[in-house]
Amino acid sequence: MNWQTGSSSTNIREENRISAGRRFFYRFHIDLPLWIGIILLSTMGMVVLYSAGDKSVELLNRQFIRLFIAFIVMLAVAQINPATLKHWAPWMFGIGLLMLVAVLLLGEVGKGAQRWLNLGLFRFQPSELMKIAVPIMTAWYLSEAPLPPRRGRLIVATFIVIVPTLLIAKQPDLGTSLLIASSGFFVLLLAGLGWKLIFSVIALLAASAPVFWNYLLHDYQRQRILTFINPETDPLGSGYHIIQSTIAIGSGGLYGKGWLNGTQSHLDFLPERSTDFVFAVFSEEFGFLGTLILLAIYIAVISRGIIIAVNAQDTFSRLLAGSLTLTFFVYVFVNIGMVSGILPVVGLPLPLISYGGTSMVTIMAAFGILMSIQTHRKLVSA
Amino acid sequence: MAFNSSQALKDHFHETQIFNQRVLIAGLIMFFLLILLLSRLVYLQISNQEHYATLSDNNRVSIRPIPPTRGLIFDRNGILLAQNLPSFTLEIIPEHVEDLNKTLEQLGQLISISTEDLKRFHKKRRKKRRFEGVPLRFRLNDDEVAKISVLQNQLEGVVINAQLSRHYPQGKLASHAVGYVSRINEAELRKLNASNYSATTHIGKVGIERAYEDLLHGKVGFQHVETNAQGRVLRVLSRTLPVSGKNIYLNLDSKVQAIAEQSLADNNGALVAIDPRNGAVLAMVSTPVYDPNLFVHGISSVNYKALSTSPERPLFNRALRGQYPPGSTIKPFIGLAGLELKELQSHDELNCPGWYMLKNDERRYRDWKKHGHKITDLRKAITESCDVFFYDLALNLGIDNMSSYLAKFGLGQKTGIDLLGELPGLNPSREWKRRNRNLPWFPGETLITGIGQGFMLTTPLQLASITAAISKMGQRFKPHMVYAIQDQQDSPMIKTKAEPLKSVEINDEQNWKTILSAMKNVVHGLHGTARSINRNIKYTAAGKTGTAQVFGIAQDAEYKKEEIAKKLQDHALFVGFAPFNNPRIAVALIVENGGSGGSVAAPIVRKVMDQYLLNSDGEMTP
Repeated sequence: MNWQTGSSSTNIREENRISAGRRFFYRFHIDLPLWIGIILLSTMGMVVLYSAGDKSVELLNRQFIRLFIAFIVMLAVAQINPATLKHWAPWMFGIGLLMLVAVLLLGEVGKGAQRWLNLGLFRFQPSELMKIAVPIMTAWYLSEAPLPPRRGRLIVATFIVIVPTLLIAKQPDLGTSLLIASSGFFVLLLAGLGWKLIFSVIALLAASAPVFWNYLLHDYQRQRILTFINPETDPLGSGYHIIQSTIAIGSGGLYGKGWLNGTQSHLDFLPERSTDFVFAVFSEEFGFLGTLILLAIYIAVISRGIIIAVNAQDTFSRLLAGSLTLTFFVYVFVNIGMVSGILPVVGLPLPLISYGGTSMVTIMAAFGILMSIQTHRKLVSA
Repeated sequence: MAFNSSQALKDHFHETQIFNQRVLIAGLIMFFLLILLLSRLVYLQISNQEHYATLSDNNRVSIRPIPPTRGLIFDRNGILLAQNLPSFTLEIIPEHVEDLNKTLEQLGQLISISTEDLKRFHKKRRKKRRFEGVPLRFRLNDDEVAKISVLQNQLEGVVINAQLSRHYPQGKLASHAVGYVSRINEAELRKLNASNYSATTHIGKVGIERAYEDLLHGKVGFQHVETNAQGRVLRVLSRTLPVSGKNIYLNLDSKVQAIAEQSLADNNGALVAIDPRNGAVLAMVSTPVYDPNLFVHGISSVNYKALSTSPERPLFNRALRGQYPPGSTIKPFIGLAGLELKELQSHDELNCPGWYMLKNDERRYRDWKKHGHKITDLRKAITESCDVFFYDLALNLGIDNMSSYLAKFGLGQKTGIDLLGELPGLNPSREWKRRNRNLPWFPGETLITGIGQGFMLTTPLQLASITAAISKMGQRFKPHMVYAIQDQQDSPMIKTKAEPLKSVEINDEQNWKTILSAMKNVVHGLHGTARSINRNIKYTAAGKTGTAQVFGIAQDAEYKKEEIAKKLQDHALFVGFAPFNNPRIAVALIVENGGSGGSVAAPIVRKVMDQYLLNSDGEMTP
């Protein structure tokens, strides 16, 4: 089937229905609602980072440069036709897997974990590539056969998800491996994985929790979970983060202490305040109302992602867009959940707000894919 | 192909259905999780906002105490006895110092820094945070302060801090009465009001400084400061100023005190002067004296050892805690007891051969005058201090009468002076001996009690107090150190009221007059034991000499002063008051191992009385 010829002749009428403005953005494969949401979030991020970084212009500059690069990456990815992505899927996945093995064998150690691969010019985190490659690969593999997937395909798909997850968990990077596992799981879920199977897997996982606890988790990870259950056991040690961040959020109240006036953050009580715990700074300074606005923008972005997924025209795009959007939700939920003390501390940034490089580029690449899926649609009114 | 296509279409429709259904479920789950998140935020930010706001304030606001300024101590004429002077401490803030060793070396060239200083500095440095000053040298003198100030800009991170520290401008004068402050020790820390003393480093240890600690200390002030997580002070939010301690004016007259201290010179001893009209303590001397300033900044171990192990016991307040046999100074009181209890008529006479014997006892109780006073009545017995007369009187009175009568004057009890650590002395009785020694009372002990020997012990303060009481015909007051208390420098002085004690009842006023006139004769009479002090005296004085035996003299042993080591010589005592008709000062003095009361003690008391009663022209003050 030749997609290009089909679209040019039959859809002139449809294209007329699209406004001139949107046509302009569509030419550059930009989805305007998503674009606006991302711009809003990253702007809010810059505002709160200025406060969290104690008015450091240098910090803002670096964040701005990263955002700039991430936007370029997003735009570049948006230009790639989903079909092309689909073709690349096995290659991306294969290369990513090889690099993960390489990291374990000869990777650089940073902060007690082996995550980096030194490629001479720059350091590279293969796990970030896998955040994209795993859902693409799973979506491609499952979309190759009618859905819901049969048993054979399911087993292979499970391996596609589990192998990189375990390799990353071994680094150890619990946060990323959880994200990758969930992005793969979301593909399976959206593809129509049977409920019976889902619940039995959940039951199996719950049953094997003691094994995880004793053999798979590192001491610091166990400590984090223990701390989560009762942070007061070690208020100045591992519980300190969570106690101070809940104090920051709670003391913000309805209206917040005002921008640049957060005492918890400005007086050094809040650790990691420009990275993983930036939400606490935001909540302290802008209060519950500010938090509501932030959450509303996140919900808008996620809703747009879901709409893109539902509107997508082929199974691969649908599964991929759905999985990426749900993973984005996991990011937001896990980060805010951990900072506000309802989830254990997992090192996940608040997307588009937290200061930090690699994961931001990955998230923006995922948005690029969403935009690509939206803007490469063949507008058939079937 | 058509079949395939329709199949594909059917599949596509089915897949879309599944997908949409799954998206819906995912949406519901997300919605549920969002509600969870929102309720957590409502819980934190709305329901418990106050709780977390408090926690956050506690985090950032810490309370720093500000020490109150200690109250000053003056004498009755406003002469400063204890004040607060700025004391300069050299501190180093490690955070601001690039090369600590270099800075220390530089400082070492400017001022003297001992290895002890360095050791303490390094020890303290480990406990402090980098932005906190660590003291290197205390008590810089002006010269050292100047040297460092000049080079201040080259000495990054070196600061000079001024604190107020206690200083006693009169040095050794009245050191026992005024006392001193020193660093709070652990035992004191446990008893103190921790909050009020949170910024205080020193506390009164003895004397007025201790007894009036509560008034002198004042009330601590606080400042609420905002700190960061490391405790660095960022700004002061609010301040509650401390309330300075109250100023205390003592009844003490520095000039009287100084004369007494000078007159005692190298002798160990104690003198207490009391105003009989109200119990005001005009002088309280204990020698040897010491310099209380030594204690303020932490006395060196060498100095402390010298003070605490000296056989002269300079730290011991003899006036308050020294318990001596009163010797013959007790005789007027025994005589008064005899008259008032009708064991004696004022004209009763007795022949004194120089010794006294009990029936069925071979022991001779000696008189100080080897060949005796011959025919002696009560007046003569007091004026010339006849022992035999009082042996006989004591025997007639009996120990129980004697001790209960002396108790009316307050012997054997604390006077209740406003100082801590007073000792009660000992007023022996049959009952006391049975209880404490588990022995019966022997008649011989009654005899020697009659001349103030044996078990009987009195403090110089008690002697002054009973002398004041007898001079006022039995009217008694609680001795009082403090004349007035003042809230601040400019506020009015609130005088302390005289506290009357139960008077000694008078059976016959004539009895008292007899005793008092005999005491006058001690000074002014031809044979008075203290007649040496009546030369050119501007007023009429009365008194009684005393010589307290340090050890008993063996039977028939010749008593030769030269042969006895100084330490074993008798204590010389004198009690007296003046002017005779309207007593304004009563004095008790003991000169340890001084020998004779008449020749050693009485002249010192005369000087004290002169100083107090006469103006600079040598005339009586009104």
